[in-house]
Amino acid sequence: MIAGSGGSGGGAGASRAMDVQQIFERLGQLCGGALLDAAPGDGEWPRLNVVPTRVAEVARVLRDDPALGFDCLANLTGVDLKSEDSIEVCYHLFSYRHRHQLMLAARASRGDPLLPTFTDLWPAADWLERECFDLLGVRFIGHPDLRRLLMPEDWVGHPLRKDFIEPEEYHGISTRRESLLKL
Amino acid sequence: MTVAIDVALEREGVGGLETEEMTLNMGPQHPSTHGVLRFVVKADGEVMRRAIPDIGYLHRSIEKISEKVGYHGFMPYTDRVDYVSAMQCNQGWAMACEALAGITVPRRGEYCRVIACELGRIASHLISVGATGMDIGAMTPFTHCIREREKINDLLEELCGARLTFNYMRIGGCAWDLPPGFAARALDFINRFEPLIDELNELLSFNKIFVERMANVAVISAEKAIAYNLVGPNLRGSGVRYDVRRDVPYSVYSEFQFDVPIGTGEKGTLGDSWDRYMVRCREMKECCRIVRQAIEGLPAGPVIAKVPRTFKPPRGEVYVRVEGSRGDMGWYVVSDGSAFPYRTHIRTGSYTAMSIVEELSPGLMIADLVAVIASFDIVAPEVDR
Amino acid sequence: MQQFADGLMEPGGPLAGISTPLGYVLVVALFAFLILNFIMLVAGVTSWVERRVWARIQSRIGPNRVGPQGVLQWLADGIKNIMKEDIVPEQADRFLFKAAPYLTMMGFFGAFACIPFADGVIAADLNVGVLYITAVTALVVVGILMAGWSSNNKWALLGGIRSAAQIISYEIPAGLAVITVVLFTGTLSMQGIVEAQGAAPWKWFLFANPFLFVAFFVFFTAALAEGNRTPFDLPEAESELVAGAFTEYSGLRSLLFFLVEWGNLYVIGAVATALFLGGWRVPAVTDNPVLLGVLQFLVFFGKSYFLVFIAMWVRGTLPRVRVDQLMSLCWKYLVPISFVNMLGAMVFFVLFPEGSPVVRFGMVAFGAALLVYFLSRVVFHIRRARPEFHLSPFA
Repeated sequence: MIAGSGGSGGGAGASRAMDVQQIFERLGQLCGGALLDAAPGDGEWPRLNVVPTRVAEVARVLRDDPALGFDCLANLTGVDLKSEDSIEVCYHLFSYRHRHQLMLAARASRGDPLLPTFTDLWPAADWLERECFDLLGVRFIGHPDLRRLLMPEDWVGHPLRKDFIEPEEYHGISTRRESLLKL
Repeated sequence: MTVAIDVALEREGVGGLETEEMTLNMGPQHPSTHGVLRFVVKADGEVMRRAIPDIGYLHRSIEKISEKVGYHGFMPYTDRVDYVSAMQCNQGWAMACEALAGITVPRRGEYCRVIACELGRIASHLISVGATGMDIGAMTPFTHCIREREKINDLLEELCGARLTFNYMRIGGCAWDLPPGFAARALDFINRFEPLIDELNELLSFNKIFVERMANVAVISAEKAIAYNLVGPNLRGSGVRYDVRRDVPYSVYSEFQFDVPIGTGEKGTLGDSWDRYMVRCREMKECCRIVRQAIEGLPAGPVIAKVPRTFKPPRGEVYVRVEGSRGDMGWYVVSDGSAFPYRTHIRTGSYTAMSIVEELSPGLMIADLVAVIASFDIVAPEVDR
Repeated sequence: MQQFADGLMEPGGPLAGISTPLGYVLVVALFAFLILNFIMLVAGVTSWVERRVWARIQSRIGPNRVGPQGVLQWLADGIKNIMKEDIVPEQADRFLFKAAPYLTMMGFFGAFACIPFADGVIAADLNVGVLYITAVTALVVVGILMAGWSSNNKWALLGGIRSAAQIISYEIPAGLAVITVVLFTGTLSMQGIVEAQGAAPWKWFLFANPFLFVAFFVFFTAALAEGNRTPFDLPEAESELVAGAFTEYSGLRSLLFFLVEWGNLYVIGAVATALFLGGWRVPAVTDNPVLLGVLQFLVFFGKSYFLVFIAMWVRGTLPRVRVDQLMSLCWKYLVPISFVNMLGAMVFFVLFPEGSPVVRFGMVAFGAALLVYFLSRVVFHIRRARPEFHLSPFA
């Protein structure tokens, strides 16, 4: 048995866990029109594509609705989709209460990626958004402290962008090195 | 500084008692920051107003590297994500790739993985427990823990030739089968090691001074722990009985009997540093149980599935969670159908634990900050990746 | 010492014909030289012993390369440290920074003047000996505070302030415990206190009555705190304050601080031995005064070194308390306990001015029972953990 097939929530809260279709329908009732797809994706973390401008609203519903009850933002990350000229930010949401899970995805334009912040919903979003900003350049509107986290504060560019070119040197330290095989 | 004094004078009035906030730089070369972490501590004497973590000193852009080296080639790099318990990182990456390509691992391979991971988890918890003792000022538990860890390292060295960055697993299974006599030696170690956990508890965990230092320090409620996405022992310390191995069973964990210890608040408040620490001590016993069951139930057969040398999983994305030593470790991998991952993201336990430190710090003492970091079992490379 | 000096200056003595003040100065210098060498040796060897004991507790080997079994390790360390660069931070207060180690050194060196090694072997048997030791060891705090402040480093400052608060606070229970002893002896002279006890354990002050028994533990705990030893090693708590007050020191100056730490350990042991464990008292087994003196010295040294060993053992076992717990331990527990204890001792003294053999016997029995309980715990743990034994200390 491998990971991809271990779909069921299991555990104590299993009886209250909603399956993807139920989550999708519930979400459709509560904030219709925010969802881009006719049906959710499959897999362990079903994907829901969301209109970027309404992602905060959807997230708030997901967190606050007692039946949905997503109390944990398990992961937040971005993917640079250069060929589609957009950056997709994925939110992996998990509910410890009901033991069900979901992945939200919202796309922002690559030129000026702007998305609402989730810091007021889940404090865990604070650092995850800072990392996403640092490495991919996504700006989260309303984030209280959107600074670089992993890279030096004076770093130029966002390294996980597909068109990022490593600078020749940083503060006079060369980033190039002869291959050890040639020495 | 004179400006600050002037401001203070103005605020307090001349003749009043002026106090000045002191900014302390803790790290990146501080003895107890577990790697290279830095805190900017705003303190009023010994009491902290705020401790602002500054991370990134160990950022090696592992996620970027994955986009350049291919699926097989990335396996050794996963060791470096969390070099204190590299086995689970290996497994996370292997499982993500297997999920992308739909590969089934042979049962013996899964058993080998479980044995390796659980031994690695004991080793990691030993470091954590010992280092907590050392941060509190007790040196002896640390060396005793290291002594036992060396024995595990000897075992794992037999298994894969390395003592720290194991690189044992491959996509589709494990690199090598267990060496001859390994099972007996591992069982022997487990049998010797189990009573030592009780000894360790008496030496350190239930020591009056230790309890006083750890209990009621940095209490995290279950709601807060979930909201900050604390995982693993840190989450269980707050009383949430959640373990990926049990609740979303991967590999062959569903076939084993083991308990998931949680914090009890027996020495202070539920969710304090002592609870988080104690969860690790108790987990080591459960690891011993799992290893014993895995060795007894070891099936025959190959340890690795047939995986093409040029591994090109179909387009898709996957988010895989494994229970690392520092908790639920999330591997988000996007494949574009080529031989290189399009995007890899590793969400680690130390990272989220680190992000709660600033929230916890007001009112703690400087000595407590050390205890809190230790109780979170923060490993710097895992934070920075 | 004065008689000794006078003897030397008598006609026919080695210093005959020399002016009296100069003679005294020479004799004092001689004594100081002897004691300085003695404490260097003791502190150095203690550093090696501590590292070996500690290593054994931690199932390591410890230093074993320099000299037989590494016994000369301290010399090598000393030479290494002397050769090292003596760095003074640019922002430091240079004079205070440089003076601090010497001041600390003075504080602890001064205490040796009143330590009774054997009958008549004491640099100065002051009639206020105990008071003098209590006072002069407190000088150490001035040095540490000076070091902490002058380094111009916030970690060092925190360490210095912790040290000041700690040493000054713990002077009180230590002083009260000493007063309890003085109540029974009626003298502050160290030799007087030792002479008031006997050679056999049941004639020690430790077992004289329950109040002195408690006073011993209060004194030893407070002395550990004054000596900055684990579990009270907050001033240089390396996991919190890097190296505390000594963070900025290097080379010989840093060595001096460590010398004080290890030397102080011996002072703690020696004072506790003199006050509670019968000092140098041995049964009169020989008439030869030299032999008897040597025997007395060995007994005294053995007892005090056993206490040093206990302090090492404690260091190898216990974690460190936090600074607020340190203060509450002192002010909420030790100070009240020692006050009540002192009052109890007064009452006891009024009731039994000559001591009570029944109480004495009871205390010895109690001590023996404690020892038996301790051994049974040791056996229990050995049975449970089934450790590998390495009994030879030189393996």
